[in-house]
Amino acid sequence: MNYLSAIGSYAIMIREVFKKPTKWRIMRSLILKEIDELIFNSLGIIIFIAIFIGGVVAIQTALNLTNPLIPKNLIGFATRQSVILEFAPTFTSIIMAGKVGSYITSSIGTMRVTEQIDALEVMGVNALNYLVFPKIIAMLFYPFAVAIAMYVGVFGGYLANIAGGYSSSGDFIEGLQMDFIPYHVTYSFIKTFVFAFIIATIPSFHGFYMTGGALDVGKASTTAFVWTSVVIIITNFILTQLLLG
Amino acid sequence: MIEVDNLHKSFGDTHVLKGITTSFEKGKTNLIIGQSGSGKTVFLKCLLGLLTPEEGTISYEGRIYSKLSGDERRDLRQEMGMVFQGSALFDSLTVEGNVMFPLEMFTRQSYAEMKERVDFVLNRVNLVDAHDRYPAEISGGMQKRVAIARAIVMNPKYLFCDEPNSGLDPKTAILIDNLIQEITQEYEITTVVNTHDMNSVMEIGEKIVFLKNGKKEWEGSNKEIFKTDNEAVTNFVYSSDLFKKVRQMYIEERN
Repeated sequence: MNYLSAIGSYAIMIREVFKKPTKWRIMRSLILKEIDELIFNSLGIIIFIAIFIGGVVAIQTALNLTNPLIPKNLIGFATRQSVILEFAPTFTSIIMAGKVGSYITSSIGTMRVTEQIDALEVMGVNALNYLVFPKIIAMLFYPFAVAIAMYVGVFGGYLANIAGGYSSSGDFIEGLQMDFIPYHVTYSFIKTFVFAFIIATIPSFHGFYMTGGALDVGKASTTAFVWTSVVIIITNFILTQLLLG
Repeated sequence: MIEVDNLHKSFGDTHVLKGITTSFEKGKTNLIIGQSGSGKTVFLKCLLGLLTPEEGTISYEGRIYSKLSGDERRDLRQEMGMVFQGSALFDSLTVEGNVMFPLEMFTRQSYAEMKERVDFVLNRVNLVDAHDRYPAEISGGMQKRVAIARAIVMNPKYLFCDEPNSGLDPKTAILIDNLIQEITQEYEITTVVNTHDMNSVMEIGEKIVFLKNGKKEWEGSNKEIFKTDNEAVTNFVYSSDLFKKVRQMYIEERN
């Protein structure tokens, strides 16, 4: 029953976010600030993770190719498919749920605890629009970060493959180009847009409606991360079935 | 003037406000006093529209809050200023940014006009050198003054303060009390202050509403509170030895 109530409150929150917009002059600066905070400040960790994940995928694929009849270009092919279809959009989103999600929950939750949200509401400001809408818009730029993760992930695979001497550079690049289906990139970006919305809104929900003190801000951040991850995983399954099944 | 009629508010099975009827007058510093848990904060939040009472009405110059449309409520809220217990300044904005915030949100003034108004109100609360500092960089007393400046920057008709001098040293607390009273009289604001600070009661309590267990137990002025025989009020107000002696002296002087 509590879950149903939370889902209902979340839906009401989303409706409120898009009602009574804040002045564009103010909203524009809020959006730019959030793009900087949520996207640009996350690029470092995204690139770092992507390069190693790509490398690990390449190594594991290479080590499992024990049959000499299987061509070596499969390493490049498997790396590309794994990174583009799953690791770049989904794995990066789980990381972002932790990094960006906990930032969102704790910043909004702290505003709740210190009555800053009450102050906005007393002034007649739509606090949900003021706080959550810029984050949703900023997260629309998240697919650019995932595109970088795709590129860097494949590059990481290439580097690991060459450094480990698993196949030649030519074989790997041939594998990268083999049976390429552009729709897979589209599918990946569609997923990313949905994940971006989830990462912006679920942590906001947990921060905005939290009660208690400083300790509860920490608890809300943890709960937000768990639920954001769970929803991402379930949504990933549903979208994969709908778009590729 | 704010008129409250038969206000009831519950949270689950807990009946917090039990039929409060009172009024708060324009140009006066009205105080709500009572022990912790007496319903002061819930009452104040109902007055601000942050909580919706189950029964009863709150009327602002004849405008009954529960009967107003969404736009009318927003307009009314722009006539209100609020000083929160913890100041509730926006951490990410400077002092100037905090005070300018309502102007940026709700007016079409140019930056120069807003700056002029911000300088004026910051001057009014005796804060002249803190424009570019962040809330974390200033003292609690200065934060309270910034909160008052932000609350009055839009020329509100109603000013609400939730324990404005809690956590302040006695000298700063008196300064804040006096500032609230001066502003109230100067701009003819209806001010409602939620407090359990007895100095505030004696210094600025032009009208005092005493709450006990969610009910209005007594109301009157700071002069009348000396004379009252209401046991609940005297137990609360004269709980300290100092105030007991003050009252004894007053009674002896009167006799």
